[in-house]
Amino acid sequence: MNVQMEGSQAVAEILARCRPEVIAAYPISPQTHIVERLSVKVARGEIGRCQFVNVESEFAALSVLIGASASGARTYTATSSQGLLFMAEAVYNAAGLGLPIVMTIANRAVGAPINIWNDHSDSMALRDAGWIQLFAEHNQEAIDLHIQAFRLAEALSCPVMVCMDGYVLTHASEPVDLPDAAHVDAYLPPYQPVQLLDPNDPVSIGAMVGPDAFAEVKYLAHHQHLRALDLIPELTQAFEQHFHRQSGGLCSPYRMEGADIAVIAMGSVIGTIKDVVDELRRASIPVGCIKIGCYRPFPMLRLRGLLEGVSRVIVVEKDLAVGVGGIVSADVQLTLSGRQIPVHTVIAGLGGRSISTSSLKQMIVEARAERLTEPYFLDLNKTVIEQELARRRDIRRAGPVAEHILRTMNVMGTKVS
Amino acid sequence: MSTERIKFYQTGTFTAGNRLLDEATRTVQSRVDRTNSLNSGHRACQGCGEALGARYALDAAMRASRNQLIAVNATGCLEVFSSPYPESSWQIPWMHSLFGNAPAVASGVAAALRAKGRDEVTVIAQGGDGATVDIGFGCLSGMFERNDDVLYLCYDNEAYMNTGIQRSGSTPPFARTNTTQVVADHPGNPVGTGKNLPRIAMAHGIPYVATASVADLHDLERKVTTAIGVQGARYLHIHVPCPLGWGSDPAHTMKVARLAVESGLFPLFEAECGTVVRSTPIRRKVPVERYLELQTRFKHLLGPPQDTNAIAAIQAIADANIVTYGLWG
Repeated sequence: MNVQMEGSQAVAEILARCRPEVIAAYPISPQTHIVERLSVKVARGEIGRCQFVNVESEFAALSVLIGASASGARTYTATSSQGLLFMAEAVYNAAGLGLPIVMTIANRAVGAPINIWNDHSDSMALRDAGWIQLFAEHNQEAIDLHIQAFRLAEALSCPVMVCMDGYVLTHASEPVDLPDAAHVDAYLPPYQPVQLLDPNDPVSIGAMVGPDAFAEVKYLAHHQHLRALDLIPELTQAFEQHFHRQSGGLCSPYRMEGADIAVIAMGSVIGTIKDVVDELRRASIPVGCIKIGCYRPFPMLRLRGLLEGVSRVIVVEKDLAVGVGGIVSADVQLTLSGRQIPVHTVIAGLGGRSISTSSLKQMIVEARAERLTEPYFLDLNKTVIEQELARRRDIRRAGPVAEHILRTMNVMGTKVS
Repeated sequence: MSTERIKFYQTGTFTAGNRLLDEATRTVQSRVDRTNSLNSGHRACQGCGEALGARYALDAAMRASRNQLIAVNATGCLEVFSSPYPESSWQIPWMHSLFGNAPAVASGVAAALRAKGRDEVTVIAQGGDGATVDIGFGCLSGMFERNDDVLYLCYDNEAYMNTGIQRSGSTPPFARTNTTQVVADHPGNPVGTGKNLPRIAMAHGIPYVATASVADLHDLERKVTTAIGVQGARYLHIHVPCPLGWGSDPAHTMKVARLAVESGLFPLFEAECGTVVRSTPIRRKVPVERYLELQTRFKHLLGPPQDTNAIAAIQAIADANIVTYGLWG
């Protein structure tokens, strides 16, 4: 069914058709619309006997799902930013226990300074927790990824995050095709747990494991991720046969034929980058784009193949490893180890800053001219930074950084004296 | 080697020797069909009150639920001494997730059972006092206020024993722990701190809150059985001496627990929907010194010289409990 719908509402609609049995919900922008809509659908009895649990924190939300998943229920929650970090301990635990929970991350910056807008800092912070991380380019892909996520998670007994850009996607109204429940049922069979808390067949789950076996348990989690690298292409192919559209996948090239420069990114900025690629191609600049759709596990082999023949790579990423630079670019550099080509790190869109086509074009021009600093911060206001650094050199009690920068940029009220 | 005379009690006493009782009033633990939910072979210390309490509580819960039980465990002594592979002591479906989330995990188990229409299964969450009154308190309060169908068992040994005896929000005033040492003019754990979890549980208005002690295992079993028969969020706070952390003789666990009850320091009561409905009278009141003197964590109070102010303050707590809970039968 084709409808025009807000991203969050569309995700909630498709979630209902994935037949979750326990949903835990705690509000945080910008994911809240998803669970709000789900609460209505559960209350109306549209999702069978599904239980909707209003919890007291994100830590509790995921903990509820850990218990529910181990009891054989298909489970779901959504969170963002501080919420994901607040549940961090449970994020590692769910993966360590091998529980196939599906969680939407409405990607949002992590404070301080507090900021509700989009970047990828939140899911990046938990990238090594053992969850599969899928990133959606647009709302159609976001809903399709949720259907695939349950099947993937349950096939591997491994939790999956579906990452969609906060506001940019969650609050954007786009036309989407919502498959009907019967169609989803045919693709997504009922959940058959591999481990179960069952009074008629008791097992101990979550026992203490010492140095003698810990590495082996962890290795098996790694092994499941390696299996995901094979399974994801199979599932996306099956998805295409079933729903008649391409969605998801490890990574997807765009106009990479004869490309000399590859721009790599994740999430909704891919759309903007594609526009830039089109424009530069019209000017005969051989540039292409690669979307990383699955960030964990990192699809090294597939990416390495797509980068054959490319002589320069630019990674545009919405996150920052403070003191290092890029996070995704480090993975890309590892992917290209042994190949002597420059990999530029471009930090862009932090805290929701718009990534414009003109800035991206300029970035590519600068890269070709070997003028990109490493890492390169897109659209950074250097004047303000110089002023603030100078001020902090002169005054010991210089006060809070964020407030002074806001004042310098004149985006906040004047100083109270 | 010192020896101690063992006394055998008869019917009508509060002790465990109940083979003379009629069938219906015998303890679950004395029955041949007890389930040994926490089986022998675990690694608890000698004289561990928590292992004793857990064994009685869970076997009673198994009987009351007709063996349809799932238990969730917080991180702590009980989890560590019972679970290392391949020697899990648990004969029941058992799950450990984290230190601070056992109530929420149990809520999730209950939600899944509801979704699947398996109403016959009872869910228990359990943890020590650190997991309950401190790190898991948020999740516990959430489970209470939602009135989730979970029975929470707190085994209170009044400090973080698994990590080596550090103060918790349940450590009594003046007790020495490794983070409330008796140095300079510090008399151990500061007086006027800590929280009373049974009262806080009652303030949530949940259907059933009770305290119990390994000093009275018959009463403990009865309260577990009562709690299993109630729907919604239920809380049972069980006093369990820790010989290691309290500096008591492992052979004196029952004695120490009994003196806590008989001095009035640990009142036994039951509350329904926020109101105390029953309490266990003290048969023979004993001064708090009798309780304190068996534990090296209070050694600094007993002297010489004796810290009479501190002992009077502890006695005042016991006396207040006796009034509050009507412990004079």
